Amino acid sequence: MIQVEGLSKNYARTVAVNDISFSVDKGDIVGFLGPNGAGKTTTMRILTCFMPPTAGKATVAGFDVFEQPFEVKKRIGYLPETPPLYPEMSVAGYLSFVARLKNIPNADIKRRTEEVMGRCAVADVKSKLISKLSRGYRQRVGLAQAIIHNPDVLILDEPTSGLDPKQINETRELIKSLSGEHTIILSTHILPEVEAVCEKVIIINKGKLVTTDSVENLKHRAGLGNAVQLQIDTAGNGDASGVHQRLEQVPGVSKVLDKAVSGDRFIFEVESLPDRNARADLARAVVHAGWNLLELKSLTYSLEEVFLELTGSNSEPQSSTVAGGVQ
Amino acid sequence: MRNVWTICRRELYSYFVSPIAWVLLTIFAFLSGAFTYIITASFVTQSLEGQMTGQSFPMNVNEQVIRPLFSNIAVVGLFLIPLISMRLFAEEKRQGTIELLVTSPIHDLEIVLGKWLSAVIMYSALLLVLLLDYSFLFIYGQPDWKPVVTGFLGVLLLGACLLSLGTFISTTTKNQIVAGAVGFALALLLWILEWTTSFGNSPTVQVLGYLSILSHLDSFARGVIDSKDVIYYLSMIFLGLFLTTRSLESLRWRA
Repeated sequence: MIQVEGLSKNYARTVAVNDISFSVDKGDIVGFLGPNGAGKTTTMRILTCFMPPTAGKATVAGFDVFEQPFEVKKRIGYLPETPPLYPEMSVAGYLSFVARLKNIPNADIKRRTEEVMGRCAVADVKSKLISKLSRGYRQRVGLAQAIIHNPDVLILDEPTSGLDPKQINETRELIKSLSGEHTIILSTHILPEVEAVCEKVIIINKGKLVTTDSVENLKHRAGLGNAVQLQIDTAGNGDASGVHQRLEQVPGVSKVLDKAVSGDRFIFEVESLPDRNARADLARAVVHAGWNLLELKSLTYSLEEVFLELTGSNSEPQSSTVAGGVQ
Repeated sequence: MRNVWTICRRELYSYFVSPIAWVLLTIFAFLSGAFTYIITASFVTQSLEGQMTGQSFPMNVNEQVIRPLFSNIAVVGLFLIPLISMRLFAEEKRQGTIELLVTSPIHDLEIVLGKWLSAVIMYSALLLVLLLDYSFLFIYGQPDWKPVVTGFLGVLLLGACLLSLGTFISTTTKNQIVAGAVGFALALLLWILEWTTSFGNSPTVQVLGYLSILSHLDSFARGVIDSKDVIYYLSMIFLGLFLTTRSLESLRWRA
């Protein structure tokens, strides 16, 4: 559906996008990942014909974005980072304006407008002014605007930024529900978002393509779920090196790192072998030795770490979820 | 054509739903009313004095009321027109809605024409107020209607021309105040170019004089449609719209 070959974009002094190539098949939901300033928005703007590339080629549904922008624009729905809304218009008025702009025949405008308002759950505020809407509603009106002409391709630039957790969930659900009919590219810098919504990931950094992969493979490559953090209170019955040795003897453990000591409390980070989960054995070993196990949690990697790992620099994993807790 | 109207309609909605249109209409109603009253009053006084002293100067409503009124109104226009055109693109750029317009299946020229047309219609709404003022002259006197029609045509062309230049200025910035200020400066400059004609008769002065925007209005106000003036206004409109379209296009290259 989308083919990008050797795409580059230079601004006056900086290179925003540098020789990126990828392709997206029909019906895919693709996450476009990268830190701020990686070139996500620039790439999306090229795909939507907002700006031409400096070099390279991009085609959407078989039409070149530079040669046949009109055909491309007809087939793309675009939600920029800030939803393009006119604050002085009502929701219904705005959507029918967009419908006209997208060349929907006059006879269908009302029907399409009603349809997308239902779809994006904004029908209850249809006669309100956009300036009076909350951030979440605005985002949904933005989405409604993007799908009103039933485009083949949906391009969403950070669709969940600035929303509260409930709104984030609703927006993700909405995007997922759109996946059947549309090919979707969404940009984000939040890894769980990609996990929740996408099947495929394109990672870029500093304008360069880092990797394109499925979400499953990516998680695997990042070594997710194999490291745990332990907090142990020895109650005066053992020192750091003793505990260290005991932990290393637990079957399946590949590496033990001393993280912190405060009095009798020790924090360790333990990595197990790729296809083994040593959490249960670790807990048992600690209890058997007569120590108190204060905390046991698995470590997940945020995008930044996956990122740094993929781009070649190392970093410490960050603890975020509690799993298999024996306290 | 449908796209032009789509854009134009939305712009008109924005003008009239926001205070801009109403503030402009109020200001214009006050000023044009004041000018009409002052000029008419002095005309009436003069003709009364003429009757009392027995001297009968030829008094003519068209020459002594309507013609000066048009040139005064044109000056009021110079001040108000930048206020109409300044928001056209600057606001879209600030709100980010320009991304919606530019990524929709619609030509740049259609966006530009739609916006300019809405500004011209907004400006025509101001002129309707003037028509109301003039209707009193027709109730209490018998002016010739033809110079009134050509005068309106002239004021409309003058406005359309400044609006097209103002639209261009609006594409160059995100800031409405900047767009307004620059538009105002340009309008003033085009006005005072007329004064250069007092510096003699060299070719430079003649060219500058021709470029002056108000000097082309006078023949309209006298009831004369001179092709020289029509061509001036039309070519300025064309220039403004051309620059706007180019500027909009270049936004993408520079972005």
